Amino acid sequence: MAKKVPEINSSSQADIAFLLLCFFLMTTSMDVDYGITRRLPPPIEVNDEDVKVKERNVMNVLINKNDRLLVNGRPSDISLLKDQAKEFMTPRPNDPTAPEVETKTFDLVGDVLMSKGVISLQNDRGTSYAMYISVQNELARAFNEMKEELAVQKFHKHLDQLNEDQTKAINDAVPVRVSEAEPVVYGNN
Amino acid sequence: MGKFRKEGSKEVPQVSTSSLPDIVYMLIFFFMITTSMRDVELKVKTAMPKASEIQKLERKALVSSIYIGPPRDTKLGTESRIQLDDAFARPDDIADWIMKERESRAEADRPLLTTALKVHKDTRMGVVTDVKQELRKVGAFRINYTTLKGSALENQR
Repeated sequence: MAKKVPEINSSSQADIAFLLLCFFLMTTSMDVDYGITRRLPPPIEVNDEDVKVKERNVMNVLINKNDRLLVNGRPSDISLLKDQAKEFMTPRPNDPTAPEVETKTFDLVGDVLMSKGVISLQNDRGTSYAMYISVQNELARAFNEMKEELAVQKFHKHLDQLNEDQTKAINDAVPVRVSEAEPVVYGNN
Repeated sequence: MGKFRKEGSKEVPQVSTSSLPDIVYMLIFFFMITTSMRDVELKVKTAMPKASEIQKLERKALVSSIYIGPPRDTKLGTESRIQLDDAFARPDDIADWIMKERESRAEADRPLLTTALKVHKDTRMGVVTDVKQELRKVGAFRINYTTLKGSALENQR
């Protein structure tokens, strides 16, 4: 008579599976990273000719080592920076002190009056990273608000409701014109 | 008709638990697939500043992270240091590291490689500028300043 092999008790299988589940539940991290995306400019050639930019077309933003702001030679504050940047970039054809303007035509959007202004950002080696990010963020906010305004004006929709082509058109019509000055080394600190 | 009615079958039968392991296994597989174990051990503190105008970092496989911040080990001082992969590094090491990161990706993906800078908020910009200059030299132009969600005005104390 053949011996009967008893069936393996599988009632604890669920418990084992639960243990594994708990392990993966605890180790899993579904965090998504967010951040400000920027494109670095290619390195400059040594004998590269200086591109002459008219003084009225540039807004100089300086951050010193004590995290103080200087906008076009005047002290400023981070809470004012967004409005200053927006005011500077808004085309004002009749103001001789404002940046020059030009009219460009884009698909979908049509003719847009664009400012030739550039925001030049320079920081010290002693500037804190938090301040630098704040300034980058405020400048980005100024451009995003201008994009939003143009989107409402041209498409009667908010920026995040546009389709892909419309978003691209808006991004072309409102380019983020922030340039970072080449780092300068004063002395050997 | 009454023939089919069993005597005393009013009791509700016990719920079968034999499919419970299968359900749990399904959950396990879900978490096993979505899990991503931390690939580096952080040797520097990276309490990142807040920002509001932020984008999601798409395609994590194409992101290489550089960590900059004061060392966790307080014996090493409070000066911000650069961490690449698992070790401290100097700005000169970044070029080689970027090359290595590029090698490990498929040819078609290499131009899309993004460098995420995870920098402690109290770090001085000098270190960050050095890193950015090195990245420019090797042509790694796509960068992302990784931040937390929030208002940038809260960064100032």
